[in-house]
Amino acid sequence: MSEVTHPGLGSRRSMVEQLQLDMRLLGMLGAFALVILVFTVATGGTFLTPRNIFNITIQTVSVAIMATGMVFVIVMRHIDLSVGSLLAMCSAVMAMTQTQWLPQYFGLPLGHWAIAPLAILAGLVTGTAIGALHGWLAGYQGIPSFIVTLGGLLIWRNVAWYTTRGQTIGPLDQTLILFGGAEGILFPTWSWIIGIAATLVALWAIWSTRKRKESHGFPVKPLWAEAVLSALAAGAILGFVAILNAYQLPPGRLRRMFEARGETVPEGYSIGHGLPISVLLLILVVVAMTVIARKTRFGRYIYATGGNPEAAALSGINTRWLTVKVFALMGFLCGLSALVAQARLQNHGNDIGTLDELRVIAAAVIGGTALAGGVGTIYGAILGALIMQSLQSGMGMVGVDTPFQNIVVGLVLVLAVWIDAAYRKRLGVR
Amino acid sequence: MTTPLVEMKDIRISFGGVRAVDGVSIDLYPGEVVGLLGHNGAGKSTLIKVLSGAYRADSGEILIEGRKADIRSPADARRYNIETIYQTLALADNLPAPANLFLGRELRDRWGFLDDDRMEAETRRIMARLNPNFRKIKEPVSALSGGQRQSVAIARAVYFNAKILIMDEPTAALGVQETAMVAELIQQLKAQGLGIFLIDHDIHAVMKMCDRAHVMKNGQLVGTVRIADVTEDDLLGMIILGKMPERAVV
Ligand SMILES: Nc1ncnc2c1ncn2[C@@H]1O[C@H](COP(=O)(O)OP(=O)(O)OP(=O)(O)O)[C@@H](O)[C@H]1O
Ligand SMILES: [Mg+2]
Repeated sequence: MSEVTHPGLGSRRSMVEQLQLDMRLLGMLGAFALVILVFTVATGGTFLTPRNIFNITIQTVSVAIMATGMVFVIVMRHIDLSVGSLLAMCSAVMAMTQTQWLPQYFGLPLGHWAIAPLAILAGLVTGTAIGALHGWLAGYQGIPSFIVTLGGLLIWRNVAWYTTRGQTIGPLDQTLILFGGAEGILFPTWSWIIGIAATLVALWAIWSTRKRKESHGFPVKPLWAEAVLSALAAGAILGFVAILNAYQLPPGRLRRMFEARGETVPEGYSIGHGLPISVLLLILVVVAMTVIARKTRFGRYIYATGGNPEAAALSGINTRWLTVKVFALMGFLCGLSALVAQARLQNHGNDIGTLDELRVIAAAVIGGTALAGGVGTIYGAILGALIMQSLQSGMGMVGVDTPFQNIVVGLVLVLAVWIDAAYRKRLGVR
Repeated sequence: MTTPLVEMKDIRISFGGVRAVDGVSIDLYPGEVVGLLGHNGAGKSTLIKVLSGAYRADSGEILIEGRKADIRSPADARRYNIETIYQTLALADNLPAPANLFLGRELRDRWGFLDDDRMEAETRRIMARLNPNFRKIKEPVSALSGGQRQSVAIARAVYFNAKILIMDEPTAALGVQETAMVAELIQQLKAQGLGIFLIDHDIHAVMKMCDRAHVMKNGQLVGTVRIADVTEDDLLGMIILGKMPERAVV
């Protein structure tokens, strides 16, 4: 009946159903779109320029990488308050390795090609090992992870301080700096190649999923819905690449680039930035973490343990060892974030990553990760990180005072969880 | 005389000061349904959790098909083809039925990734047999009714070709029709030669389904009887008073 009286409403609802889009995802995308809209109007369009989008993207990477790991930690009913300090610790080790330890103890001259990979490796190993230690204390020794990582928050930032004797370390290795953002860019041609390759992979994934479902005799979406989704995916990927390609290198940088090759900039020449390496790194992390969450036993066990630890244990899952692995992964991602953060700042300072634990947890939670455990998505955390960074950048552009910026971010955090709780209650889901 | 499928000998386990199970010996033969009876807190769940690897006994030994078995974890128990339906059901509420059914032994594709489609297809297949009304394959099990959740737990126990099946109050949340289906399922599995431990407070059901019964009280074994030799009142007397009926000694 209602379909007859309100044909518009009825068909719209069934369209969403047929696309089988996640309502939570739609809600978050809606919130993100609202933030963008408000600031675009408030800044008279500056907010949506390629330059600003590029900047927001590279500012989000470090927190977003850690947020993917925090999703697993929170899904397992744990918390990690130490990620900001752990980032500082990894950063300190990386900075010391490249500027002092390798040159002094191993005789590698500054600028040697092996310095960047070895320094990065040292940072990642440090993060993984410390994360594993946290996981062992929480999983095997039964110390609440809140306490373990609260201790870690105090300990690692200050161990980092002693590691560098409190000095700011720089300049950093030139190869390593490529992971920071604006310095390490792929330029339009390669960005297009990567964008097109990614589009093809996405289309193949959509198509092969459909084939597989058909082969099992499961119902599949109508073809038009599949086509709409494919078009959306392709549009999003290629549109993103197009925007980053549209941000032209400033004349000063262009001049330096040509001077380095002993040439002068040709009349009227300009070139876009394209994909930053750091963003590519984030995308790889997101893909890998999503695959882990959905397609591996490791991920399945994380969610099962978060949903019912006792049931997971009775199913033969070693939940303690799982805790160690999840925290080790979190530590590894802190190492990656440390790489991006120090490369972006082009030095290591004592306060690197300060308060990142709060941003990372907020990103995961705004993205729909439930502190009660068992629920959370990687894409949600990325959207959460983007929403927060957009809010902060937008308010900065509009000229909102820093204290008020923090008030707004705090309000948004609480509001997001509130809406989510209300939504879940209506669905009757936990 | 066939060798018993399971022999638990002189099992003891205590929590703090509470002797939950205090020197209990029970056994189970192939193709047999054995009731495990006793009042609340008698130690039934604790005893079978020793067999399913959830707890480790303080002392005592377990023989599976006559050989000493070393069961230190639920995974070990599964290797001995022991499957358990826990009183608490032990489901991850945030995951859908297929993920729960295959929890701990997921089906994987040739790349080593989870094969959710195949797990879903298998779940549909077995649920069609156990509970034809079951539709909510994709929803998290928290969205299911008590009976539906119970049928997921039962499906998980019978899917993997168990030899020894432990059912801790499997019909507690089921309606009349579903309970009858479980009873029928138990008969089928018994005919296939499985050994089944059945914990149930419904004496009537025990009389109908079981071949023998072990009765416990306060962590100790009151005795073991052949169901054919006793009446409901005899069993009640054993459960409540801890008294063996005179004519039924095995
Ligand atoms: N994990 C535990 N920690 C402490 N005490 C326990 C634990 N599990 C069981 N107990 C105690 O052991 C005794 C036996 O409990 P058990 O759960 O085995 O009883 P049951 O026979 O299954 O009872 P019911 O019919 O109510 O399920 C009880 O006194 C109980 O309080
Ligand atoms: Mg019990």
